[in-house]
Amino acid sequence: MKFTTLVSATALAVASTAFVGAAQARDQVQVAGSSTVLPYASIVAEAFGENTDFPTPVVESGGSSAGLKRFCEGVGENTIDVANASRKIREKEIKACAEAGVKDIIEVRIGYDGIVFASQKDGPAFVAFQPEDIFNALGAKVLVDGKIVDNPHTKWSDFNKDLPDVEIAAFIPGTKHGTREVFEEKVLAVGCEHTGAMKAMMDAGMSEDDAEDACIDVRADGKSTDIDGDYTETLARIDSNPNGIGVFGLAFYENNTDKLKVATMGGVVPSTASIASGEYPVSRPLFFYVKKAHIGVIPGLKEYAQFFIADEIAGPDGPLAQYGLVSDPELSAVQASVDAEDTMK
Amino acid sequence: MTDSTLTPEANDTSAKAPAPSRSLYALDDLTKKRNAAEKRFQAYGIAAILIGLLFLVVLAYSIISKGIPAFTRTVVQVEFTITQEQFDAAEKELFKTKAYERFFIGALQGQFEESGLNVPFDAKAIERIVGKTGGTIREYFRANPDKLGEPVAFELAASSRVDGYMNGRVTRETMTDSRFLQASDLDIVDALVETEVIKTVFNWNFITGADSGVDNPGGAGIGASVIGSFFMMLVVLFLSLPIGVAASIYLEEFAPQNRFTDLIEVNISNLAAVPSIVFGILGLAVFIQFMHLPQSAPLVGGLVLTLMTLPTIIISTRASLKAVPPSIRDAALGVGASKMQATFHHVLPLAMPGILTGTIIGLAQALGETAPLLLIGMVGFVARGYPDGFIAGFTEPNSAMPAQIYTWAARADFAFYEKAWGGIIVLLVFLLSMNILAIILRRRFERRW
Repeated sequence: MKFTTLVSATALAVASTAFVGAAQARDQVQVAGSSTVLPYASIVAEAFGENTDFPTPVVESGGSSAGLKRFCEGVGENTIDVANASRKIREKEIKACAEAGVKDIIEVRIGYDGIVFASQKDGPAFVAFQPEDIFNALGAKVLVDGKIVDNPHTKWSDFNKDLPDVEIAAFIPGTKHGTREVFEEKVLAVGCEHTGAMKAMMDAGMSEDDAEDACIDVRADGKSTDIDGDYTETLARIDSNPNGIGVFGLAFYENNTDKLKVATMGGVVPSTASIASGEYPVSRPLFFYVKKAHIGVIPGLKEYAQFFIADEIAGPDGPLAQYGLVSDPELSAVQASVDAEDTMK
Repeated sequence: MTDSTLTPEANDTSAKAPAPSRSLYALDDLTKKRNAAEKRFQAYGIAAILIGLLFLVVLAYSIISKGIPAFTRTVVQVEFTITQEQFDAAEKELFKTKAYERFFIGALQGQFEESGLNVPFDAKAIERIVGKTGGTIREYFRANPDKLGEPVAFELAASSRVDGYMNGRVTRETMTDSRFLQASDLDIVDALVETEVIKTVFNWNFITGADSGVDNPGGAGIGASVIGSFFMMLVVLFLSLPIGVAASIYLEEFAPQNRFTDLIEVNISNLAAVPSIVFGILGLAVFIQFMHLPQSAPLVGGLVLTLMTLPTIIISTRASLKAVPPSIRDAALGVGASKMQATFHHVLPLAMPGILTGTIIGLAQALGETAPLLLIGMVGFVARGYPDGFIAGFTEPNSAMPAQIYTWAARADFAFYEKAWGGIIVLLVFLLSMNILAIILRRRFERRW
């Protein structure tokens, strides 16, 4: 029967391709993780493919937590080799990794990234923020007249006369992003402390830990929106909402200066220089994590890690700095630790 | 109501009405009302179609107007020489392509000085004007070492801001805060446009190339992901067509009617409604984690999309088998054909047009699917370029068209947003041609039978 021959021929063909595929060793580095690191990783991946004889690595996005979760799935060709993260790996994650057999992890810090607050270019004059302003606008519980209350503010001018008299509408990174953690730690928590809300909470009988947690709680009445997608989604929200304030990475803002204007934080204008000097308060290191067990198995893995942090690439004159990464002043120490394959303790 | 009109009182009132109103030419109130209702309904229908058309026009307009810039690119046209020594020196460096870029910028600067460009310029400004060009130059000289030492004419990509300036996206006013290009650089660009060093050409690279890094929109192309989609569709076609058709023939023609087959039928209909991301999760668990197939490979993408397409094909195939009149089967059986002969010689050919249409529509649906590919590693930066061979096409990492569009849409540089729209145009061209193919095939087969 013609039909049955067709069926069996197809089945055979597919089975053989599947077999070839499975038998063929993976020859490219596989990376996943933070969408903040993704642009840098893609620049490096392209340059790595162009400048070496190794194939171009595959870089996926998905967020720091998602990337580290995949990283910790185990050792083997069908797991990723490198996880990008816009925050440090957590103890919990190291433990999960170890349980799945990923014991030796090499931590590589690639540089620093600034987090900026920007609004529509022609929108209201959001030009200068203090962490207190952001906390008063977005905190779940704030201090009003010496009392801790559910956030009553609806307009920026309600708590700071210098800010525009418009409705509060903020678009902040969702919880799966590493950026969120920095936003909570360096803006909300600081603002909470400065406004005295934290002290008031502790006076009211909260433990320090509970007060810290309460400080970084974001109001849930619709004034603040979590963005789980990329910065382009935040930009689209700002585009359609003249009063909106968005949280962006510095590099993203610099690529879109024709649509966005940036606000100072604590009186400092965000730039690679002010972040490198430490003046601009809201910045964080970016990392990638390498599975040591894959070095020597996946061709080009160590070379990729070394290439990423080479002076020519991640240094102050390299393409990463040009795109908006603040290069690490201690780059040579990082290079040495990658060369020696130092793992995390 | 009808009862009340038959009551004597109602008859009385109608009897009082003047006789001419009974004429067929004069419409009574009820008829007028019904006619009006019909006209209204037609008007609603036309309005609905017009609204649909309006949306279509708006969509087509925005896609085309936003996507067209992706098909042109701004190039710097320049002739320059790279010597053997320069080549050797560049090859010794770690970041080789950067070295070639430096040679190029140096050559360009020399040329400007010679030609007496009447606007001030420096190496930094030239660096901002040209895009990432080192990769192209290196590739060329590695492939043609005999060209070292003689002048070679290059058309190299300008930076994305210059490209934006040429197609009207960037103006002097919007450049005020930018670190990537200064307003004064645009004077240089203007001067170079006049001397035809910078010009806009058709972007073949967009059609044939692979993805590029986020700082190099000029080098991005959709070609490699078209190939990725092609290999995925091959897998989908060669798996889902035979499996789908075999399953539906058995269910429709041979299977006994009992609870078990009923259960299968219900489940097939349910599967058709399952969100595609679920198949992605299944694919990750079964094909990658259990069967150890390679990540980011079109083979796995094709297998996942096969799962997604199968119910569509089975449902449409069964529908077209059902549409074949039973008299055909009876006639075949009556002259002594076996059940299988009746099915394969008579019923299946008659059902073929419907099966083909269903298959092509299913394939088109699979071609535009992104969600399941997210989970098997085909969405992201996959810039490996063309596969090394036919088998490698299935197993080497590659992206797919919708995945590539999704990736571009998320990038910071607005030039990639244009690329995304351009990619949508390419994808739509493929979808439209598949649908046209479906129509043509159906017409041909229908004429024969």
